[in-house]
Amino acid sequence: MAMSKEMGGTHAESHDTHGGAEHAHGEPHEPVFVGERRKQLDELLTRYPTKMAVLLPALWMVQEDRGWVSEAGMAEVAEVLSLTPAYVKGVVTFYTMYHQHPVGKHFIQVCTTSPCNVCGAEDVVHAFLEHTKCGELGVTSEDGKFTVIEVECLGACGFATPVMINSDFIESVTPEKVPDLLSKLT
Amino acid sequence: MGYPHAPHPRETTVLSKYFGDRDAIGLDGWRKRGGYVAFEKALGMTPAEIVGVVKDSGLRGRGGAGFPTGLKWSFMKPGDGKPHYLCCNADESEPGTFKDREIMRWTPHALIEGCAIGAYAIGAETAYIYIRGEFTEPLERMEAAVREARAAGVIGPNAMGTGKRVDVWVHKGAGAYICGEETALMNSLEGRRGNPRIKPPFPAVAGVFGQPTTINNVETLAAVPHILNNGAEWYKKMARADNPKSTGTKLWSVCGNIARPGNYEVEMGFPFKDFLYDLCGGPPPGRKFKAVIPGGSSVPIMNMEEAEAALMDYEGMVAKGSMLGSAGCIVIDDAQCMVKQIARLARFYAHESCAQCTQCREGTAWATKIMERIEAGEGTMADLDTLLEIGDNMTGKTICVLSDSCAVPIASGIQKWRDEFEAHIKGKRCPFRAAAAA
Ligand SMILES: Cc1cc2nc3c(=O)[nH]c(=O)nc-3n(C[C@H](O)[C@H](O)[C@H](O)COP(=O)(O)O)c2cc1C
Ligand code: SF4
Ligand code: FES
Repeated sequence: MAMSKEMGGTHAESHDTHGGAEHAHGEPHEPVFVGERRKQLDELLTRYPTKMAVLLPALWMVQEDRGWVSEAGMAEVAEVLSLTPAYVKGVVTFYTMYHQHPVGKHFIQVCTTSPCNVCGAEDVVHAFLEHTKCGELGVTSEDGKFTVIEVECLGACGFATPVMINSDFIESVTPEKVPDLLSKLT
Repeated sequence: MGYPHAPHPRETTVLSKYFGDRDAIGLDGWRKRGGYVAFEKALGMTPAEIVGVVKDSGLRGRGGAGFPTGLKWSFMKPGDGKPHYLCCNADESEPGTFKDREIMRWTPHALIEGCAIGAYAIGAETAYIYIRGEFTEPLERMEAAVREARAAGVIGPNAMGTGKRVDVWVHKGAGAYICGEETALMNSLEGRRGNPRIKPPFPAVAGVFGQPTTINNVETLAAVPHILNNGAEWYKKMARADNPKSTGTKLWSVCGNIARPGNYEVEMGFPFKDFLYDLCGGPPPGRKFKAVIPGGSSVPIMNMEEAEAALMDYEGMVAKGSMLGSAGCIVIDDAQCMVKQIARLARFYAHESCAQCTQCREGTAWATKIMERIEAGEGTMADLDTLLEIGDNMTGKTICVLSDSCAVPIASGIQKWRDEFEAHIKGKRCPFRAAAAA
């Protein structure tokens, strides 16, 4: 098991980004599933034969509204779907896209898997680390604006190097384009 | 958003005909281009008749394994009193593959139509399209198209006014390559961790929600309306004269060190050499091709002698030592270090292992560690034997084939580029890095 963690975590122990941990952890949880969100959830429940099937979509709603999925958020999801918080956490930790800690305002994911790697993806990563002043992968910049991580194949290998900034999918990024891309983010 | 290239005259554009055509994205535009005619036709046929046509066409799964689609559908028994489900696999995470993404963002209704026909043919009222969470743009397009088709009564409780229920829903994944494995996808759809299940039971017996389920790739389903419209004979003709086992057109995603990366659609059996040099423009200026991984990162790596003699269909790729797989073609040129890239692929599998099976969890991690050690100039000759031994222990012993997939590129690397491995070990550094620094 120690090996697996060293490899950056398998899905047994999904990757986790650090930094910015001081805010939000202790704050009271405002319910997500009220009003419009509750309606959306109820509509989703009609699409599946089980309540549990709405778990991934419900977690997405929490992350969309709050920027990450806190323990309290997991507890609320568990409550509305009649699951236990421990079960929900077990699912959250499997998937790489749910943030279990707050992340920078702009969460930047750069693909470095081989098809992009042979096209120079590592230089794109370096450019982001330098220009965001994050310095290191997974660490949020001091101003809380940026977190940069490397990700595995984003399914757009013909447009090397694809980069996701929050939910924006940007194709054909080169190191030269990085300063300009960042200057558009406020 | 990137626009596709104008089709090369030697391409056969069936699925990709409207890639890049903005008017084809919406329902009206799609209908003007012949959309949903096949679904209407299908609803007038019996499920068994549809399965028969698909069987006759020779269509095989485009998700990687190449299983005959009509045969897969025939395992479902409409009228057995159980709810049936169709799952469309839009997880597209195999490195090198990006064709399903293009189908979904340019022709979302083509996929909905394929799903609707497939669902009806297997006796399912519901189809779920499971799309990887990173595909934000295809997700938006597919969701909008589903809303449109539903509002127009094309799909829904009274599909095309026939009184038949055919629902199609989009489900968003949350980051995990393994959820492309069919049983892992079903677990994920049910709201579980995406661990592959032990088979049997097979999905047709007990799939998603414990009910009979068929799972098909995006491209497989998108081909079905064309087959119903034009007939099985038309589809079967798109093949090599001497190989009737691979039929139709195939979308190839091409990436890496090549002049014109992108998606190309050619008939089964197309010569790979012409494809690489003529359609895709050959290597980048001043470089030479060194290696090709033709079917996504999980298939054996070909050297150029093998690649240039290969024909692009299931049997043609096997004949030259590799596989068609997902047809995600990764091209590597002579400026790249094979050891580095194979190490990077090993790291991919180590990261994506769901960690249920010891051989996979430990094997992918150790293989990565040893590959990276060799790349850093700290390997020994004994490491090569260790890698092959680990590979053996990872093959054919686990719940799914992710484990095998990690061993595959390492084995082909050591077999075909042993000189590069030895140069790292004997020179105690990466010769490519050294050359770049000089
Ligand atoms: C580790 C792993 C990952 C896979 N990923 C995908 C994928 O992303 N998309 C896909 O269509 N099939 C994928 N497959 C293949 C599916 O398990 C399944 O065979 C396929 O979706 C069946 O559809 P088809 O018969 O239309 O090809 C994967 C298989 C494995 C073992
Ligand atoms: S082979 Fe690997 S990915 Fe597949 S089930 Fe086993 S541990 Fe999971
Ligand atoms: S390897 Fe980068 S998108 Fe596929």
